[in-house]
Amino acid sequence: MDTTLPPASQPSDVLMEPPSDLMNDPLIEPFSSLTENKPTSKIVSEPSDDFVDLTNNLADSPEDAAESVLADVAIDTTEIPLDEPSDDFVDIFGGETEAPREEVVIANVTVKAAAAADKSEVTSDVTDPPGDLKTGSDFEQEANETATDSIIDLSDDLLSSNAQKPPLASDQFVDPLVDFLSDAPPAADAKIPSRATVDLFEDEGNDLFTEPRQTKSAKQQQKSLFGEADEDLFGEPLGATTKKPVIKEPKGKPVPTKAARDVSNMGGPLQDGYTAEPADIFSEEAVTTVPSIKKTSAVNSKTNGVHSEEDTDIFAEATVELSLDSPQEERKKGVPAVPSASAPSVSAATSLAKPQSASLEELDDDEEEEEEEEEEQEDKFDISISVKDPEKIGDGMNAYMAYKVTTQTPLPMFRNKTFTVRRRFSDFLGLYEKLSEKHGPNGFIVPPPPEKSILGMTKVKVGKEDSSSADFVERRRAALERYLQRIVHHPSLLQDPDVREFLEREELPRAVGTQALSGAGFLKMINKATDAVSKMTIKMNESDVWFEEKLQEVESADQQFRKLHVLVESLVVHRKELSLNTASFAKSTAMLGSAEDNTALSRALSQLAEVEDKMEQLHQDQATNDTFNFAELIADYIRLLGSVRGSFDHRMKAWQRWQDAQAALQKKRETEAKLLWANKPDKLQLVKEEIAEWEVKVTQYERDFDRVTATVRKEVVRFDKEKARNFKREIINYLECLLQSQQQLIKYWEAFLPEAKAIA
Amino acid sequence: GEPHPGPRAVNVDLQTDATLQVDISDALSERDKVKFTVHTKSTLPNFKQNEFSVVRQHEEFIWLHDSFVENEEYAGYIIPPAPPRPDFDASREKLQKLGEGEGSMTKEEFTKMKQELEAEYLAIFKKTVAMHEVFLCRVAAHPVLRKDLNFHVFLEYNQDLSVRGKNKKEKLEDFFKNVVKSADGVLVAGVKDVDDFFEHEKTFLLEYHNRVKDASAKSDRMIRSHKNAADDINRIASSLYTLGTQDSTDLCKFFLKVSELFEKTRKIESRVAADEDLKLADLLKYYLRESQAAKDLLYRRSRALVDYENANKALDKARAKNRDVLQAETSQQLCCHKFEKISESAKQELIDFKTRRVAAFRKNLVELAELELKHAKVT
Repeated sequence: MDTTLPPASQPSDVLMEPPSDLMNDPLIEPFSSLTENKPTSKIVSEPSDDFVDLTNNLADSPEDAAESVLADVAIDTTEIPLDEPSDDFVDIFGGETEAPREEVVIANVTVKAAAAADKSEVTSDVTDPPGDLKTGSDFEQEANETATDSIIDLSDDLLSSNAQKPPLASDQFVDPLVDFLSDAPPAADAKIPSRATVDLFEDEGNDLFTEPRQTKSAKQQQKSLFGEADEDLFGEPLGATTKKPVIKEPKGKPVPTKAARDVSNMGGPLQDGYTAEPADIFSEEAVTTVPSIKKTSAVNSKTNGVHSEEDTDIFAEATVELSLDSPQEERKKGVPAVPSASAPSVSAATSLAKPQSASLEELDDDEEEEEEEEEEQEDKFDISISVKDPEKIGDGMNAYMAYKVTTQTPLPMFRNKTFTVRRRFSDFLGLYEKLSEKHGPNGFIVPPPPEKSILGMTKVKVGKEDSSSADFVERRRAALERYLQRIVHHPSLLQDPDVREFLEREELPRAVGTQALSGAGFLKMINKATDAVSKMTIKMNESDVWFEEKLQEVESADQQFRKLHVLVESLVVHRKELSLNTASFAKSTAMLGSAEDNTALSRALSQLAEVEDKMEQLHQDQATNDTFNFAELIADYIRLLGSVRGSFDHRMKAWQRWQDAQAALQKKRETEAKLLWANKPDKLQLVKEEIAEWEVKVTQYERDFDRVTATVRKEVVRFDKEKARNFKREIINYLECLLQSQQQLIKYWEAFLPEAKAIA
Repeated sequence: GEPHPGPRAVNVDLQTDATLQVDISDALSERDKVKFTVHTKSTLPNFKQNEFSVVRQHEEFIWLHDSFVENEEYAGYIIPPAPPRPDFDASREKLQKLGEGEGSMTKEEFTKMKQELEAEYLAIFKKTVAMHEVFLCRVAAHPVLRKDLNFHVFLEYNQDLSVRGKNKKEKLEDFFKNVVKSADGVLVAGVKDVDDFFEHEKTFLLEYHNRVKDASAKSDRMIRSHKNAADDINRIASSLYTLGTQDSTDLCKFFLKVSELFEKTRKIESRVAADEDLKLADLLKYYLRESQAAKDLLYRRSRALVDYENANKALDKARAKNRDVLQAETSQQLCCHKFEKISESAKQELIDFKTRRVAAFRKNLVELAELELKHAKVT
């Protein structure tokens, strides 16, 4: 073990160097790499270069290498303009400040690494009571000046240097790995006992972190703290290589050749050691392993394919940890990530924004995982649905919108692999009615369609071709698409013949009675259900704490989402306003430019007008982004929460029925007793039969209730999971758009700057 | 935290001269007034000391400005525009509203909003101070106005100048004067100038003033909606934060993180808005006032020209009738002298105005672009 790790006497070197090195890598690469998917040799080799550094240190800890980089760090640190430290800091460590203490400590460690030059300060950071959240933020202040800024600077340096010597990098890459490999298996062996990672890391931690550890009070958290920290530094090689097989093995999936280059090669030997108790390790390690799971899965994205339900659980649980870990991890390595994402070439424009995108990138990590998880889901159901080409049919008030619903699936339950039908809005509502009638009482959460909007539709019907009606149509189309996707991704609902009919059948009988669902009516219905639920809760004297808590949670979430929705809509309004006002300012500026009699200033002003024109477009796009990626998501969840409440309601109803039956049974028994007392054997027989009947009913209803309860429970768990994934994906999407527009903005202003300078 | 390095004169590019340096070293906001500490450093013999400070209020600045405007001697100069009246009403109102809405917010939200508003108040305060300082700096840098006696009194006299704001009657008089002046201005503007330079300047300034007015209004609106958007983002961040603290699933941490990102976005957006305000809107506003001052100069010159031409006609008439010739001659000479004096200095003033304007726009636009880039890159 010791051979893998540097002696405890010089942890600072180790700590200092690799993270700073690796940190910058993700900063250079991550954002676009995740969005695009073009492999380029440059990038692939680039991370491996970093990887060399890391593994070198882990394996042999060559001081010279470490020191030279260290020197770089130091130099860069001094060059850093400290003007806006806090922002930069937040960017990079942003996500963690609020999070539990582990992170703070991780951050400390990381900073310690990056801020190599400042050993004493670092030590003090570490010695600070880790439990105190405020220490974290205090520490931000100091740390950012040294650590984060240097990261940014470094990233540029590295970017260029890496670009210069890619082939070299990949060559180097192999050796350290070999070194590492030879040491690694023992480590893996040590892990295999069920306590696995935690123990292992604790040991490692002891070796490595002896000093800092001792300075800390021996709190219970330490284990996890250092488990985390170690993982950050060492988990990468270990994790990325050894843990991947762990995931693979249980699934029986072949190690993909794509990843072989850097990961599976190393994974090979370790894999043997690991497979011994894959399941145990997997579950035990769930939390700590995640980063590597994520990484590996990123590497192998497609191949991870189908996971069992249990795996998904683990994933879901792990997500939190993951998101916390990822920034450091990313920074440190980005190695497996890069080949996996097959990064795009880092364009000058994107690289500019990269250094700052760390916090987003940490979310991106989540996303990566989410995407993979999603694939998993899609593999499970193997069906994709699109709603397209909204088309107005008919004229006047009888007009309606029809949509093309295209299904693509290899599932044998469908006749074709790809088929398209035309459906009108009321058909979608009709489907919901049928489904909720059938499955609602059983406790299923049936995804609701978007509400009818008389105002919006009237505009469309009247044929007003303005942007708001186009906006309305697009909003609805997207909402319908999400609605159908939610249905077909629900394992039980997909099996429903009505769903199949909706997707497949050419002509659908006209849905009737959907009027009741229109707009306010729909909301009223939900509210009524809610009232009923809350009333019944009191009566029911809920013995199941889980349900009680969930209901409260759903209600407060509903409230918050509604509030949030209002805010986001207001943001949309203000952004549109901003866009308009920017446009008119652009015009004014252009006019001012033409009035100006100094040629250079005149030109600069008309350039400014152009910049503002583009700005207008950006604001407008951003408003669209606000709407479609954020507001609509929340609107969806307000509706979905309504359905969740509905399922609670149905559970209550089942309970009520059971209780009523019990009461009836009780009554019959009383009658029986009375009859016995009165000695009326003729009637007694009848009552006895009735009792038997009611007993059956009670048992039946109780079973029903239990079944509904179980279903609701399962459904809510599923819902929560879906929600988490959905939110992460959508919001990350949203943030990416935000980032992109910032990058555009940078481009525009950068183009303008020389014009301004040319004014003479 | 503070994005701006202090209330330095940002809108005008002035040659600093060690013989007379003026700045506002401190300012105190009292209920409805602001007290500026005007600090002077000078080697000029007119002053008793080399360095001294006095406390002045906005009205005294206005008094100084008006004394320049009313001084015939300065008819040929662009009188530096008076600083706008400090206006904290909007900000105060918001603070008050916040107080009323305290109950409907969580403690965190309230604290956050309060901090925001206080920062806004501070920003307005700083801007006010900066604009008053710009005025003094402009005067101090002006080759003629810097020697003005009233200015020296303003700088040195360490008592209240006991100027008062104009009363209603005077304000009404001013209003009528302005009406007459602008009517006259239209008349006078119609007169073709004898000098191409001034003719060109006149057309230019008329157009320019209108354009800059428009641009200034539009930039204000743009910035206001930008601030509104930033406020929304701020509230979204709080809302997400609440969600993060309530949610029991693993999503809570995600919400907290996203909340932070929004918080950051908000910071960036409001900084962008604040910087646009400072570098763009304020610049435009300043040149709105300065171009008005330049227009006023041209008006005075055109007026003098018309007077001169009228005097010429009167002289011709007098000569023809051979009556009151001497009087007409004196009058004609006076008008001629006045016109020539104004023309002489006005030309240089207008050239200086242009130089200053170009330099100020350059400085501000470069800074604006740099700040925009800085903020965008922070993302």
